[in-house]
Amino acid sequence: MSEYKRPTSEIEFKQNFAQKKPLMNPTEAAFESSKCLFCYDAPCITACPTGIDIPLFIKQINSGNLTGSAKTIYESNWLGNACGKICPTQELCEGACVFNHQDLPPIQIGRLQNFASSAAIKEEKKLFSPGTPNGRKVAIIGSGGAGIACACELRTMGYEVDIYEAKSKPSGLTLYGIAAYKITNQEVEDEINFLEKQMGLNFICDHPIENKTQLEKLEADYDAIFLGVGIGATARIGLPGEDKTNVVGAVEFIEELRLKHHHLTVPKKVVVIGGGNTAMDAASQSARMGAESVVLAYRRSKEDMGAYGFEYKLAISAGVESLFNAQPIKIIGNGKATGVQFIKTQVINGKLENIAGSEFILESDLVIKATGQAKQKHFLELIEGLELDNKKRIVVNESSFQCTNPKYFAGGDAVNGGAEVVNAAFDGKMAAQGIEQWLNR
Amino acid sequence: MPNLNIDFAGIKAPNPFWLASAPPTNTGYQIMKAFDAGWGGAVWKTLGVPVINVSSRYGSTNYGGNRMAGFNNIELITDRPLADNLREIEEVKKYFPDHAVIASLMVETKEEWMQIIKDVENAGADGIELNFGCPHGMCERGMGSAVGQEPAVLQTIVEWVMEAANIPVITKLTPNISHIVDPGLAAVRGGTNAISLINTIKSIVGIDLDTYAPYPVVDGKGTNGGYCGPAVKPIALEMLKELTKHPEIQNIPVSGIGGIETWRDVVEFILLGAGSVQVCTAVMHYGFGIVREMKTGLEQFMIEKGYETIYDFKGKALPNVTEWKHLNLKHKVVANIDTNKCIGCDLCYIACDDGAHQAIRIPEENSNRIPEIIEENCVGCNLCSLVCPVEACITMEQRDNGKEHLTWDEKTKANEIPTSFNDDRAGGKHHFVPTVADALKHRK
Ligand SMILES: Cc1cc2nc3c(=O)[nH]c(=O)nc-3n(C[C@H](O)[C@H](O)[C@H](O)COP(=O)(O)OP(=O)(O)OC[C@H]3O[C@@H](n4cnc5c(N)ncnc54)[C@H](O)[C@@H]3O)c2cc1C
Ligand SMILES: Cc1cc2nc3c(=O)[nH]c(=O)nc-3n(C[C@H](O)[C@H](O)[C@H](O)COP(=O)(O)O)c2cc1C
Ligand code: SF4
Ligand code: SF4
Ligand code: SF4
Repeated sequence: MSEYKRPTSEIEFKQNFAQKKPLMNPTEAAFESSKCLFCYDAPCITACPTGIDIPLFIKQINSGNLTGSAKTIYESNWLGNACGKICPTQELCEGACVFNHQDLPPIQIGRLQNFASSAAIKEEKKLFSPGTPNGRKVAIIGSGGAGIACACELRTMGYEVDIYEAKSKPSGLTLYGIAAYKITNQEVEDEINFLEKQMGLNFICDHPIENKTQLEKLEADYDAIFLGVGIGATARIGLPGEDKTNVVGAVEFIEELRLKHHHLTVPKKVVVIGGGNTAMDAASQSARMGAESVVLAYRRSKEDMGAYGFEYKLAISAGVESLFNAQPIKIIGNGKATGVQFIKTQVINGKLENIAGSEFILESDLVIKATGQAKQKHFLELIEGLELDNKKRIVVNESSFQCTNPKYFAGGDAVNGGAEVVNAAFDGKMAAQGIEQWLNR
Repeated sequence: MPNLNIDFAGIKAPNPFWLASAPPTNTGYQIMKAFDAGWGGAVWKTLGVPVINVSSRYGSTNYGGNRMAGFNNIELITDRPLADNLREIEEVKKYFPDHAVIASLMVETKEEWMQIIKDVENAGADGIELNFGCPHGMCERGMGSAVGQEPAVLQTIVEWVMEAANIPVITKLTPNISHIVDPGLAAVRGGTNAISLINTIKSIVGIDLDTYAPYPVVDGKGTNGGYCGPAVKPIALEMLKELTKHPEIQNIPVSGIGGIETWRDVVEFILLGAGSVQVCTAVMHYGFGIVREMKTGLEQFMIEKGYETIYDFKGKALPNVTEWKHLNLKHKVVANIDTNKCIGCDLCYIACDDGAHQAIRIPEENSNRIPEIIEENCVGCNLCSLVCPVEACITMEQRDNGKEHLTWDEKTKANEIPTSFNDDRAGGKHHFVPTVADALKHRK
């Protein structure tokens, strides 16, 4: 049973979606920063995909150099503020903090990071400026973490950069996909505006690149092209009844929620199919939208779930129930789903098998499929000589992020198949350096 | 971007961050690592006739959860042969021609001084630092602080050195003396090109409660050590100011040493007139990498204030350091508590009631423990704002109109100062003091 009432106003929405990592106050920041040991060759740095100099930015907070601290963060990660809020820090920097070895809580690196970066954003500190124009132009397709990081890095080196974005606002999944209790829309937009102001980013929104003619024009007009297109919509799973009206993909559901907030109505009984982080987010958020019952159904056991333990716990604490070893076989209902038929599973000799005769039906007026996103295969196949691997991920050189068609570079979800914003931010930055090296070869 | 280059008494360096003569500058290996990490100069571990050190050498003062708030040592000068050190100086200069390498020296006789100066000059040192500071071991042998505490002897040795040296000479002073100006003047009169201070302060950091020996314990015994680290910064700043404000010394460059760990410390030393800073303990605690916090912080400070070089603000705080008698007695601040921030620890209350001026009360009717300032009693001492654990919760607010100015000096001249024990002009006359009953109300 969910413990949240349906939000009917923005205020109630904010209460239900209270930020998991709220901004620290100055006392908390002073205390927390004073505890960091300034470890040598710190393991937290190694665990950060962008390699932020964590002990340095924490010491800078402690010594009152907040602007310098923000600079340290952004020098490594162009989405420093978003990452502080949304990174699975337990698995990354904070998970590596040496305090864990003495059973002490790790330094709250993510929140300290936000303390510094959000101050710079709020006070509009000018930390960087574009390099002297070098006469070169790069087109960036997609304005997610990868695209933005690549654009900012290129701007520091003096490139002219145009960012083509299919949606009406930049930011990709940082704005449309991340759970609303991790970051607010305002925070995402403030960081983008902050970067846009100092780096002079040229976003061309509502401008999908979708055909060969467009691509050829880009190839002719630009010195290089960066693909930061992410992955696509929720994939079909081939379940009978999948097309009924109230069967939605998790990514689409979350996008609608991020855009509409309390104006989105989530019905009473929600079933979420899947066992990854996206499933946890969809379930957590359904509960916070006031659904009476939210059942997370996964075809394997709890231990097999791909989701991080803390994300699962968060869903459970929001009132989500879980159902393991349940394989969906059919969505039932007349045009509109009224339930999902499952069959129980078990592992026999290492193989997942259905248990004959164990079918049962779970009533539901909203079925959310969190079973993976389709790759941008159709679009990517328009690009000549662009090799994709067997999972339809773009193949790149691992240090330069250059594609098999040398004019193209790529990073983020489109390359790793779906990771975190911090990985996208790293890829984008590296790709920019790859572009610089290639054009200067 | 600000330009951090300095010219310190003719010694040029890419920035004012130097390593003090101590274990971090024991070897060429360390100094090269340091220069690579961003340090602009290094004062080599003091050279002389090599010593033999004891095992168990350092002790520390921890404060709460923080290690090494103060640090002490009983190490002597270098225990490595001179030839090894000279070879390494030469090597460092080959790889880092633009960085400052200064040889710290401590020997006894005039002949030894003449010889060693020639040796380090030949090795390519950019300057010499005279170690008149060690307050342990070496002083028992008539060197180190034994010289620093005898201005006349110090001056003679400086004169010997100035006769022989062709490169700039820095005289490093010991703080173990009541008037730092005396050895400072002696150094200047002896002709030194620059001064550095402070060396370590005589100290015992603690006693082992099982063996009854002072730390660091050497086979059941111990000796006084030299104290340094963050705890000594205030003493160093004060001594620095004594020199940089002195008319006969103020034109001599001073390298500031003592407790420097963050950019803020660096800026404070420069504001009091230091032309370079030297660091030992912070490096012994965190390694050479600590310089990246100092450097980025100094740069950010300079950007925000619009300074291009450190000379734009060097000594800028000196005009504001004056004598007590020139402070404005009409200035009046009182404490103010931000009740939204207060967490009710009541440390301010008890600090003021037991430790200061009985100007805070905890209203009886209040259940949230939030105290109140009794403005009439508040003398503006700052104590509550210093003990309050919440950032910017207690602030000191100005209550005078900023127009009146009257100092003790002026009052003295006007014959308006208290002169007898029960003088009506006493500053604390009419200051409220609670009753005997109040004092004893918690008695069981
Ligand atoms: C539900 C969900 C929850 C997540 N939660 C977290 C989290 O808590 N923390 C975290 O770090 N990561 C999280 N992630 C992962 C994270 O969102 C992604 O790893 C990251 O956004 C990838 O960045 P990207 O730039 O590669 O792609 P995206 O952010 O997907 O951006 C791609 C952009 O390209 C645009 N685009 C695509 N094709 C075209 C085209 N042909 N023409 C023009 N524009 C195009 C898209 O509109 C989009 O704006 C989550 C992902 C999902 C799905
Ligand atoms: C272990 C140790 C050894 C030192 N050896 C020397 C030395 O050989 N010569 C010298 O001039 N000062 C020596 N010092 C003093 C330092 O150079 C410096 O003046 C002092 O430590 C204050 O700086 P700090 O607070 O940054 O440590 C030594 C200090 C320490 C801690
Ligand atoms: S591991 Fe923990 S204590 Fe060490 S530097 Fe990183 S945050 Fe600080
Ligand atoms: S710091 Fe190094 S030399 Fe000193 S006791 Fe430890 S291991 Fe030995
Ligand atoms: S010390 Fe600060 S927090 Fe504690 S009671 Fe006083 S005002 Fe409140």
